[in-house]
Amino acid sequence: MSITEILLSPDFLFVVLRVTTPILFATLAVTIAARSGVFNIAIEGIMLIAALVGVIFSAKLQNPWLGLLAALIAGGAIGLLLGVLVLRLKTDAILAGVAINLMASGGTIFLLYLVSGDRGVSSSLKSLSLPNIAIPVIEQIPFLGTVLSRHNILTYLVFIMVVIVHFMLYKTPLGLKIRSVGENPHAAESVGINVHKIQYIALAMSGVLAAFGGAFLSMGYLSWFTNGMTAGRGYIGLAANAMGGSTPIGGLIVSLIFGIADAMANVFQTGASLPYELVQMIPYITTIAGLAVYSLNRKKRQERIINK
Amino acid sequence: MLKSSQFNTFRTALSIAIALILSFLVIFLVSDQPVEAIMRMITGPLSSKRLFANVIELMIPLIFTGVSVSIMFSANQINLGAEGSFHLGGLVAAVVGLMVPMSQGVHPIAAILLGGLTGAVFAAIPAILKIFTTASELVSSLMLNYIALFLGNYILSYYLRDTTAGALTSHLLPESVKLQSIVSGTNIHIGLFIALLTAVFGYLFLFKSKLGYMLRISGENEKFAKYSGMNIVTVILISQLLGGFIAGVGGSVQLLGMYRRFSWAALLGYGWDAIIVTTLSKKNPLFVPLAAFFLAYIRIGADIMSRSTDVSPEIVAITQGIIIILIVAEQFLSGYKHKLVAREARLQMETEGAE
Repeated sequence: MSITEILLSPDFLFVVLRVTTPILFATLAVTIAARSGVFNIAIEGIMLIAALVGVIFSAKLQNPWLGLLAALIAGGAIGLLLGVLVLRLKTDAILAGVAINLMASGGTIFLLYLVSGDRGVSSSLKSLSLPNIAIPVIEQIPFLGTVLSRHNILTYLVFIMVVIVHFMLYKTPLGLKIRSVGENPHAAESVGINVHKIQYIALAMSGVLAAFGGAFLSMGYLSWFTNGMTAGRGYIGLAANAMGGSTPIGGLIVSLIFGIADAMANVFQTGASLPYELVQMIPYITTIAGLAVYSLNRKKRQERIINK
Repeated sequence: MLKSSQFNTFRTALSIAIALILSFLVIFLVSDQPVEAIMRMITGPLSSKRLFANVIELMIPLIFTGVSVSIMFSANQINLGAEGSFHLGGLVAAVVGLMVPMSQGVHPIAAILLGGLTGAVFAAIPAILKIFTTASELVSSLMLNYIALFLGNYILSYYLRDTTAGALTSHLLPESVKLQSIVSGTNIHIGLFIALLTAVFGYLFLFKSKLGYMLRISGENEKFAKYSGMNIVTVILISQLLGGFIAGVGGSVQLLGMYRRFSWAALLGYGWDAIIVTTLSKKNPLFVPLAAFFLAYIRIGADIMSRSTDVSPEIVAITQGIIIILIVAEQFLSGYKHKLVAREARLQMETEGAE
């Protein structure tokens, strides 16, 4: 098969949606926090912790849904913790995020060893995965069925989540408050909005969204936990949010581009037309190139406005 | 009571103490032999010459990345590329060592300098992107670290690999390029002196040179620096090049001093560790060796603890995170500081009134 044939095949498009899922959850998580005015770099660590918590609880309780729930609670709690650090203790948001990420990467190894005696991979835990879902009618349609059906339930959820987050940000009183707090906290305060309360809510939501992404990695994408399995997806979410102009729809488009890059890495890996090590770079190079092009355009646009 | 000028030292010490106590509490919660575990962690590194030497060996790379990040952060550039610079420094040193035969005296110097230059170029990429496109240096440096890793894996697999060895590793490095050990019976190598000299150089550069002054000023207040006529772009570029160079040298020194082959198939994390070293030393390179020693000590202590007890060494990650948070949190002890300052002001007013 030629490259174009591969890239237009339904199997490839299926993989695109699959690998976009965690990136898109991360991007939405960054977006909500950024809109409330907090730069949430801790997404990477939250995803990693949620991935492990999901595995542990689904194994101990033998119920994937309770595993997911535990992961979401953990994610929300860490989001709130970041809120306490940044809003109450006035910690630099980036350094607080770095601290959380450091604790997550070491802490997950520590916790995994404590629970299972394993280092690295949670193979001895009999953890459960969230179900894949076949969509009745669509499944029968030749091309479309292969692309859209039999995805993990969280893959469907993330696309629904784009709509929900968009609606929440632009059509609800809470969304209006989040946006006004992020754009001008003093103005928001002067009209009686409790700035910190709104930011806490945004960070909790951000943590829950990131936790969905982490749970997908260990209970959908794979069915176990490995050290550092997020592999920078949280950081890619930071880039996708920046390029998407901090909007859910923009984030969706950029995440899909990164998803395509990621899926191409998977295809070339099996096709062996390029060394695997170079193929692995594709998503990261795409991210940097995309970020640079986007930032340059924005800079030029701003300069044009100033010169008018 | 304390003077307000001593407050920062006190606050740092208290942050460390609280972080250690919390970590010990965790050990008490999870371990069947907590007292033994904690004792092993605290006294383990002192129990033999070899173990204490491990602390000094681990301190060396931490000094390099610590000084590197101190310089890069002083310019208010949140460039996290020290990790990638360090990795590439080790890679280039291995390439020079294996592929370019040279005589004993020149070989390590050439390898280290080329490693440093590679690190410098690498760390300048986010700065250049920032200057020309305004792309966040934080995000691009994070992405670049992964690219450095995979580039290293590629060169290792296709050009350096020793196919007779079982694992993925390079051929043996020639003796001519390796850094000699300076304490018999240990791996403490001549890189220790290079690291300490780098720390002194970093201090002189940041705090005693005109360029360093400009760098700190533009880091603290970019607009002020710009209106004072400083060339911000040059200052930022130099800071990132220098920071990357030092991290690259660190990677080269680490490889040539501690390894027989290049086998780094993952990032080693010294760039991330540098953030805690920088936080502890308040971006002053002169204090970096002290902070690096502390971090190396608890790391090795935790390692020793995990060998003979049921606690895994990653407990240190929790200690580290808490230390960073407490030191960076402005509000931590701010009420106490306020009291100290107010008391001193009152005393001063009273003595002046008495005169």
